[in-house]
Parts: sequence; C-alpha cells; structure tokens
Amino acid sequence: MTEHANGLSCAAFQAQLPELIGSGENVAGHPHLKDCELCRALLADLETIAEAARQLFPIVEPPDELWEQIESKIKLEEGSGNLG
Amino acid sequence: MPQSRFPTRQPDPEPGTPGLRAGAPVADVAPPAMAVSSASAPDDVLARAQAGDHLAFAQLYSLHKRRIYSLCLRMVGNIAEAEDLTQEAFLQLHRKIATFRGDSAFSTWLHRLAINVVLMQLRKKGLSLISLDEAMEPAPEERPGRSFGAPDLTLSGAIDRLALQKAIDDLPAGYRLIFVLHDIEGYEHNEIAAMLECSIGNSKSQLHKARLKLREALRMHTQEGGRR
Repeated sequence: MTEHANGLSCAAFQAQLPELIGSGENVAGHPHLKDCELCRALLADLETIAEAARQLFPIVEPPDELWEQIESKIKLEEGSGNLG
Repeated sequence: MPQSRFPTRQPDPEPGTPGLRAGAPVADVAPPAMAVSSASAPDDVLARAQAGDHLAFAQLYSLHKRRIYSLCLRMVGNIAEAEDLTQEAFLQLHRKIATFRGDSAFSTWLHRLAINVVLMQLRKKGLSLISLDEAMEPAPEERPGRSFGAPDLTLSGAIDRLALQKAIDDLPAGYRLIFVLHDIEGYEHNEIAAMLECSIGNSKSQLHKARLKLREALRMHTQEGGRR
C-alpha cells in the first residue's frame, strides 16, 4: 500500500471509505483522491455499480395463480377464526 | 465539485396509492384483470378493505402485487421463494390491515411489512447478519487493497447488465439484503440498521463489502471476456 503526500495510505483511506460513502459526503473531494489514481478508480467503479444496479431490476408480475392461493388461505384462516 | 452518485434517496411511494408519483403509467397501477374503476379511488379501496370487503382486498392485491413480488424477488433472488414470501406478505396484510392508521403512506407501510416478512424468513433459515459478517471477513490477502489493479482493469463505466445481475444473485444473503435495501430500494443506513437489528456501522460496512464483491466479480467477468 502506498503512502501518499497527504499522509494517508490507501489502506487507511479504504478503511474510512464505508463511513465516508455512508455519510453522504462528497467522497470525490477527499484529499487522498487528488493524488491516488487507484483509489479514484475504485470509487468510480463503486459508484458505477451502485448506479447500474438501480436501473437493473424491472418490476415483474407474479404468476396469476398466486392470488388464488392467497385467496384460499384467507378463506381457510377466516373459516378457522385465525385472524392473526 | 460533483456530488456523490451513491444513492441517498428515500423509497419511492407505491404507484396507485396516496403519494402516487405524477405521471406513473396507468398500466403500472392497475392491471386490466382487476382494474380499479374511476369511481373507486385507492383511498376508498383501502377503507373498504380495512372494513373486511374481500373485493377491495383483491383490488389492493392487484395494485401492489408487482412491487411486492419484485421486492421479494430482489431480496431473495429465487422465484419460488419470492412467490411464497409474496403470499405470506399479503396474508399478513390481510390480518393486519385494520391496524393501519395512516401514519405513513399505505405503500410505505406495506413495503415495510413485506421486508419484515422476508427478514423473518431469512432469520428462520439461520441468517445472522453479524455472524455472517464475521464469517465473511476476508483473509488479509483477499482484502480490498489486493483488488486494486492497474487502471486499465477498472470497469470504465460500461457494465454488463447480465453479469451484474448474476453477481448480485451470487452475493451472500446478508450482503445482498443490505445492497438491495440500500442501493436499490433506497433505504438509509439508520433505517436498515433498525430493520436488521444491527449497528449503522455494520450496515455501512456490509454494503461496502457487497459493492467490493460485485466489483471483483465484474472485473473477473471483464477479464474472462477479454481472454476469449
């Protein structure tokens, strides 16, 4: 792990990264990233992954039979007086 | 200076419910088989379902089934399990609907109820987030620093959707759960920590590890593609 001019090694920066990202701060402005290409690449990749994932999952339709199953279970529960 | 591109939004409201986003397509709201008529607004449907009207409950199912099923599917990554969990979520809804007091949007309440159903199921299967986290702690030689490759190995903004989907599906259950809740569903770490009964730090750390795992999987995929 390289120690950079700003005194923070990549390992130390990475250790802080979950907290930095989770805090919603603008991590891209962190001093370590100014002269660390590898950490900039890491951050860019993590952002790209998060962004791509948000667009990944479509809203999908459950099978039609599911309602029939739910309905019959509701009737069973009501019949047995088991309402939770 | 550019803002962080990591998600920090709140979960979107369910279409067809109070808090409906303007412009949401009608087809997303009420499928033709069980369309809610214009004389029967969602608020009215909810009130009637709360009063025990079966048809109104069926309409609520029709309005929300896709979002809830999709949520379950994302969280567990398995169709059969997602169907079972969707069924359980709507059975729970039927048992508890009378207790909904409108403190939050109905969609938010139902979304949360469904997440709790999934979490309960995962706990039954023995998923413990904290122990999983410890068990998954990478050996020193596997820590993220090792994955720092040369710049030409970065993902460079072009991600294969199928590869990402597979990488998410392959994540260990605890990682996937936090990744889906935060990065896809838009929950904040404090909300996730409360839901999962773990610390906020744990939530942040697991999310970070999940993203690192995804990055590693995608880089492997890219390298394999490059060798072909």
